[in-house]
Amino acid sequence: MGIDPTKPAISIKNLSFAYDSSAVLTDVNLTVQPFDTICVVGPNGGGKSTLIKLIVGLLKPDSGSIRIFGASPETANLRIGYVPQYSQYDPQFPISVFEVVCMGCLNGSLIGKYSEDARSRAMAALSEVGLSAIADRPFSAISGGQRQRVLIARALASNGDILILDEPTANIDHESELHFFDILTELNQRMTILMVTHEVGFASTFFKRIACVNKQVVIHPTSALTGDLIRDMYGGDLQLIRHDHFCSEEGHRHD
Amino acid sequence: MTDFLAALTDPNLSFFRYALLTGLFASIPFGIIGTFVVVRRISYIAGAIAHCVLGGIGLGLYLEKAVGITWFGPMQGAVVVALLAAVILALVSRHASQREDSVIGALWAVGMATGLLFIARTPGYVDPMSYLFGNILLVSKGDFLFVLGLNALVLTLVWIFYNSFLAVCFDEEFARLRGVKTGWIYLLLLCLAALTIVLLVRVVGIVMVIALLTLPSSIAGNFSKSIFQMMVYSVLLCAAFVVAGLGLSYELDLPSGPVIIVIAAIIYLLVLLGGWLKKKKHIFQAD
Repeated sequence: MGIDPTKPAISIKNLSFAYDSSAVLTDVNLTVQPFDTICVVGPNGGGKSTLIKLIVGLLKPDSGSIRIFGASPETANLRIGYVPQYSQYDPQFPISVFEVVCMGCLNGSLIGKYSEDARSRAMAALSEVGLSAIADRPFSAISGGQRQRVLIARALASNGDILILDEPTANIDHESELHFFDILTELNQRMTILMVTHEVGFASTFFKRIACVNKQVVIHPTSALTGDLIRDMYGGDLQLIRHDHFCSEEGHRHD
Repeated sequence: MTDFLAALTDPNLSFFRYALLTGLFASIPFGIIGTFVVVRRISYIAGAIAHCVLGGIGLGLYLEKAVGITWFGPMQGAVVVALLAAVILALVSRHASQREDSVIGALWAVGMATGLLFIARTPGYVDPMSYLFGNILLVSKGDFLFVLGLNALVLTLVWIFYNSFLAVCFDEEFARLRGVKTGWIYLLLLCLAALTIVLLVRVVGIVMVIALLTLPSSIAGNFSKSIFQMMVYSVLLCAAFVVAGLGLSYELDLPSGPVIIVIAAIIYLLVLLGGWLKKKKHIFQAD
C-alpha cells in the first residue's frame, strides 16, 4: 500500500464523544500529515486513550468525522499498526514471541494457517526491533522492554503506514527506553508516528508536535514546550522531572 | 487392577468398555476446549452453561414423558439449552460490560431451577443425582456416537480457526483491529464449549464439570510454551485422569465422577506445590 501524499494520514473534524452522558472529548480537530511525529499528552481521564480508540476504530464518534488516508477507520484500520500497553497481557499465557508477532499478519480472513509470506514478514519485523534471536522464547519469560519491542514488531508485521503507540514507555527501564526511541527514529523514515505518553520530557526531543488532550485537543510544536504550557496541560501544579537533558554515551548517574 | 482389566474384557460388561472408550475419546474435546476456557479465563461462564444444562435435561424429560414427543429426550434438550445459554452469554459479554458476573450467576441458578421444575412435573421417578454428579457407567452407544461426532467437529473447527481463536484469547482488541470478527469467533468458542460441557455432564455430572474442564489444562499450563502444546498435554492428562478414576472407582466400589475429580485435584495440588518448592529453591540459591 503506497502513501497518497495528497491526503493527510489522520484527519479529525469537529469530533465529539461521550461515554453514556459524560463528555470525554468535545469539538476535536486534528490533522496529521504523513511522516509526522506527534505525541499525545494530558491528564489521566482527559481522553487520551479514548482519542486513540476512536482513531483506530474501536469506538465510534458521536458526531464529527475521522478519516485515515481519506477512508473511515473501519476500512482503513489495516493500515494502522497499533501498539497497546504490554502490561495488559496475562503473564501466564503460553505463547511464543513469534506467535505474538504473527498476529500482526491477521487480515480478516478467518481460515487457515499463516502463509509463508506472513511468517517471513513477522520474522523481518522481529529483526527490525533486534529480537530475532528470541523468536522461540515464551512471551512471558522476556523482560518488559523486550515485550514492548515484540508488540512493536507485531504492529510492524501489519505493514501499516501509521504507527500508534499507547504509553509504550510506562514500566520499562531507561536503557530500553533509549533503544526504543532509536527504533522509532528508524521507523519514522517510512511511517507516521502517533504516541500517547505520560512523560513529557522525551516528547520534546523526538516528536515534532505535541497534542494536549483534556476534553479538547490543542496542538503545539515541541519548541513551544514550556513550564506554563505544561501547567495548562495538566491543569495545576505538578512536579516535573526532566529527563530530556543530553548526557554522555554511558548515560548519567543519579548518585 | 486385575479386576478392572477383567471387567474390561468381560463380554457381559459391555457398558464398561463403552464408559472407558467414551472417556478416552471425550478427553480430546475436553483438553482442547478446556485450554481455551483456562487461558481466556471463562471457567465461570463454563460453569453457568453446565448448570443450565439441567434446565435442558428437565425440558427433554418433560417433553419426552409428559408430552410424548419421542424424538426429543434429555440429550437433545441439553444440547439445545447449552447452545442457547452460550448465545445469551456471548451477547451479554458484548453488550453489558459491567454486570456480566451478575448475569452469569442468574443464568446459573435459573437453569437449575427450571430443570428441577420440569422434573417435578414429569411423570414417574427421575433421579436428578445422576445428572448432578454424573455416571459414566450409564453412557450408551448413542452417547459414544455423540462423542465421535463432537470430536470431529471440535478438531475441524479448531484446526480451521486456530489463529483466530488464539488471537481472540490473547488480545481481543488487537484481533478486532486486524479485521477478525471477534464477536463471532467468541460465540463459536462458547458454542463449542457448550457442546463439550453437555458431554462432560454425562461423564462427571453438572456440579463437577468445571473441574474436569479446567484442572487438566491448568496443570498443562505449567509446562507449556504454546497453546498447541497445552492442548496436547491437557488431552493426555484428561485421558489419564478418566482411566485412573474409572479403574480406582471400580476397585474401591466408589462413584466414578468424584474419584476422577479428586485424582485430578490431587495432581494439580502436587504440581502447584512442586512449582512453589522449585521457586523457593531458586530464591534460596540466589541468597
